[in-house]
Amino acid sequence: MAIDVETVRKVAKLAHIRVPEARLAPLAGELSGIMQWIEQLAEVDTNGVEPMTSAVAMGLPMREDVVTEGGDAAAILANAPKSRDGFFVVPKVVE
Amino acid sequence: MTTLTSLTLKDALEGLRSRSFSSAEITRAHLDAMEAARGLNAFVLETPEAALAQAAASDERLAGGEGGPLEGAPLGIKDLFCTKGVRATAGSRILGDFTPTYESTVTAHLWRDGAVMTGKLNMDEFAMGSSNETSAFGPVINPWRSRGSNRALTPGGSSGGSAAAVAADLVLGATATDTGGSIRQPASLTGTVGIKPTYGRCSRWGVVAFASSLDQAGPLAKTVEDAAILLKSMSGHDPKDSTSLPVDVPDFPSFVGRSVKGLRIGVPREYRVDGMPAEIDDLWSKGVAWLKDAGCEVVEVSLPHTRYALPAYYIIAPAEASSNLARYDGMRYGARVEGASLNDVYELTRAEGFGEEVKRRILIGAYVLSAGYYDAYYLKALKVRRRIADDFDKAFEGVDALLTPTAPSAAFGLGENAADPVAMYLNDIFTVTVNLAGLPAISVPGGLDAQGLPLGLQLIGRALDEETIFSLAGALEKAAAFKARPERWW
Repeated sequence: MAIDVETVRKVAKLAHIRVPEARLAPLAGELSGIMQWIEQLAEVDTNGVEPMTSAVAMGLPMREDVVTEGGDAAAILANAPKSRDGFFVVPKVVE
Repeated sequence: MTTLTSLTLKDALEGLRSRSFSSAEITRAHLDAMEAARGLNAFVLETPEAALAQAAASDERLAGGEGGPLEGAPLGIKDLFCTKGVRATAGSRILGDFTPTYESTVTAHLWRDGAVMTGKLNMDEFAMGSSNETSAFGPVINPWRSRGSNRALTPGGSSGGSAAAVAADLVLGATATDTGGSIRQPASLTGTVGIKPTYGRCSRWGVVAFASSLDQAGPLAKTVEDAAILLKSMSGHDPKDSTSLPVDVPDFPSFVGRSVKGLRIGVPREYRVDGMPAEIDDLWSKGVAWLKDAGCEVVEVSLPHTRYALPAYYIIAPAEASSNLARYDGMRYGARVEGASLNDVYELTRAEGFGEEVKRRILIGAYVLSAGYYDAYYLKALKVRRRIADDFDKAFEGVDALLTPTAPSAAFGLGENAADPVAMYLNDIFTVTVNLAGLPAISVPGGLDAQGLPLGLQLIGRALDEETIFSLAGALEKAAAFKARPERWW
């Protein structure tokens, strides 16, 4: 399926990636090329086939619901672009 | 006299244990080789001081008659692995100077076993690429060149730095990761050995995520036995990765050199694709003959959904990537670009931090997961994935392993496939099926093409049957007697 400029704009918004106006049309072309190549999947008969959601036939393991680690704010903040008094500093969210 | 850098890992470990040379000596030799090979751009970070400190500690343990299975051996680490106190970038600008405060399980296993790290290795950004050209640090150059040419060739990708460093004797072995072929295709293009183990063999904890249901770590090495030694250390159950398999780690090296007599090998007819160079077809036939000589029975098998593997992969992997890479928002770690609003910060940070290929894949992923397309694309791809896995199950009812070429071409020139994303994706045509099915597969160098460039053969095994493919790979390695080395120009 061909992807138009409006779709690229919408998907870029969903993905939180700013795309300059001049890049929208070329990106639409690139993504359309990829999606058209992907269209061949329609040829495969998948009636009654269960989707494969895991590479291994294994249920998710459960563990005791106990604290395993924590209390290490310094390590967690060590790579923060901005932090103060043990908190991440982020742009204003609520006006 | 053999120099310390031209030793195999196995011989180096023997030399270290018998105190023929020290870890400091062999580490120094590899640090010098790394420094002299900067033109290859294989490393994104050199850690000579930490390496020499690790080497000194290893020498103390060795002097005391102690030491782990990898004691004192200098290795390189793909920059997708988190290394405590050492910058990890995943080949991206968006991680900035991110310096993990923790160690990945796989690398922790290597240090537990006594290995020494000389540096972090270059790679395609977030492991998305087949030529290393998507790296924010520029492409790695393959140590191999076509005969009579000085054109720069790709070492493949995404583990291009790992493959080039092993091929050029800059390390005794390296860690790598494989989501659609990122260990095996570079192995094929550089004349090295690379194994992607069964999904769940190696913990993904502390490995920067690309597509979680496909990502798997493994080694790149000079020989099959070296790969077995490294995989044994890297593997093992880890409660911190919920998909890590709670199974014992076999003694992989002991399976190299075992007889393969009586094993049944399948040759999948769908892997004979249009436009494949005759030399690759010839090598494949040679591989069949080598295994027959070793006592294997070779039969043709069918994997009917092979041609749909790549298109299914290019829905599943981008879908998982768009979700995994949502974490790079400039808030808690990595680079941040300031803006007028929170949304501006997100969008500008991600626009600046991600490269073009990563953006393409995130957008494809967001598109196939968006309302109205989820069933048509994502769910459809998961069903095709099941079909592909079923094909393998059926084939393995009659055979013990499969033999295929690793990659559809030898090393190509930098820039040659960069213009067309789909042309680049086709590099993984023989490798990606295995990631979808979660199976183990190894690439072994088989010979040189007419231009003098290495070509690899791939062996695919049943889930959790790395032992059989190590035995078969050992037989192929012995028969191929691949001794060619890249001529040093760097």
